[in-house]
Amino acid sequence: MKSDTNLADSTPIPSISPSSNYLITNGLGNTKRSKRIATWMLFIVIIVVCSIYIDVTPYQLFVGLPEMGVLLKEMFPPDWSYLPTIWAPMLQTIKIAVAGTILGAIPAIPAALFSANNITPNKWLSLPIRTLLNLVRTVPDLLFAAIFVAVFGIGPFAGMLALLFFSFGIIAKLTYESLEAIDPGPLEAMTAVGANRIQIIVFGVIPQALPAFISYLLYTFEINIRAATVLGFVGAGGIGLLLNQSLGLFRYDRAATIIILTLAVVLIIDYTSTSIRRKLL
Amino acid sequence: MIELRQVSKTFPNGTVGLKDINLNIQTGEFVVIVGLSGAGKSTLLRSINRLSDVTSGDIQIDGQSITSASGSKLRSIRRNIGMIFQSFNLIKRTTVLNNVLSGRVGYHSTLRTLFGSFPKRDVEIALTALERVNIREKAYIRADQLSGGQQQRVSIARALAQEATIILADEPVASLDPLTTRQVMDDLQRINRELNITTIVNLHFIDLARDYATRIIGLRAGEVVFDGSVHEATDEKLAEIYGRPVKADELLDSSRDMQGVGVV
Repeated sequence: MKSDTNLADSTPIPSISPSSNYLITNGLGNTKRSKRIATWMLFIVIIVVCSIYIDVTPYQLFVGLPEMGVLLKEMFPPDWSYLPTIWAPMLQTIKIAVAGTILGAIPAIPAALFSANNITPNKWLSLPIRTLLNLVRTVPDLLFAAIFVAVFGIGPFAGMLALLFFSFGIIAKLTYESLEAIDPGPLEAMTAVGANRIQIIVFGVIPQALPAFISYLLYTFEINIRAATVLGFVGAGGIGLLLNQSLGLFRYDRAATIIILTLAVVLIIDYTSTSIRRKLL
Repeated sequence: MIELRQVSKTFPNGTVGLKDINLNIQTGEFVVIVGLSGAGKSTLLRSINRLSDVTSGDIQIDGQSITSASGSKLRSIRRNIGMIFQSFNLIKRTTVLNNVLSGRVGYHSTLRTLFGSFPKRDVEIALTALERVNIREKAYIRADQLSGGQQQRVSIARALAQEATIILADEPVASLDPLTTRQVMDDLQRINRELNITTIVNLHFIDLARDYATRIIGLRAGEVVFDGSVHEATDEKLAEIYGRPVKADELLDSSRDMQGVGVV
């Protein structure tokens, strides 16, 4: 490897002639290769060092793997008689995700408009809102849920509120970024027509940004459906509560029913949402 | 009438955009501004409806100073000035009719336009405007389905729907092929004549300027170096504006035939 690098380094940068051209590309190829090898080495070193520090060893995998088999065996056959009991919490999970996404998307619209530099040139307005958005996005959804459970008590309201904040952060951020990428031409045309600020937004900005906004809304909804299934673990409503209970009571057959139903719901929603988004963009 | 008094513009980086421009443009004139790129044609045009601010001087539109206007006063002056862009600047995802109707927003309250509910009379104005540029049958088609020439006509119709008394056109044919170029210029000329709309056009092509203008203004380095009728704009005079003989690609007809053959 070392000699390769040397060769690359010592390759003179000559006057361009067809024969020397070969040398150059060859030399560059070698530096590229050694760089790639170095990157991989670094990568492996990082993994090894990290796993030593946190006591993660392949040994644990070997020990745990048979346990996995035991668990799977206990899960099958799933307890289908449990299905009627989990319908209502499953629906509640979906409702939490729907409400949280939509209620988060509404304040995301003005937040995005005020963050986009091409629409709000005033830095004193856009900067604080951007900072707020960044802060909101640093908090994971489960942490939000835990906080709101502490404040508003156990139940779906806390979960909905958690997803509301979470969706607000994502949708506003993604939307303002696509707002900044819109074609400035129509905005200029609307200015020339004598439109005021709101009219410029209604006629010049919204028609351009709406498809992206709806796409982000659906994407966030996909994420939220998954998040909503585990909200119950911290007492924030939905199917997670029952899943947590079943696991705690070692009723893995019931847990399996919940997991399969969740999987089916997530797959259906993902598929529908993805195909709508593809049509939008 | 448009009056420019000692208008100068210096960009923040120190570049001189316009230098002491004094012009009077009468109602109904068809003015073509020519000059090299970077001579200040766009800056001049865009300062008339204040899409860009001037550094000093005063611009009056029918006796009202646009350079000192602000807020609703500025918007009501702008409402009377239609603008046509090189890249059309239509809202592509919506219908042709909506694009033309967007020229009417200056006449209505924010609340009314918020829901896009234009009065019946506005729809009629918009359709008449489309008829004037011969694309009424495209009214309910999405704007991005149209060809370049058709899109430019939609933007002319938008200016007409404004019921503007002045039309500014910034290189309106620069992204069109020679045939549609003629059609769009014909539309502009017809509107100028039939509705007596003062028209100011920036053009790259000298021969096109001669064919359509009633008055030619030549800019060089931000200064007016020529201002006269088409007859006065001889080849020698134009060579002065450009600081060199006119090149082939500055003539529409020769650039259509072939890239620069046999023209000075």
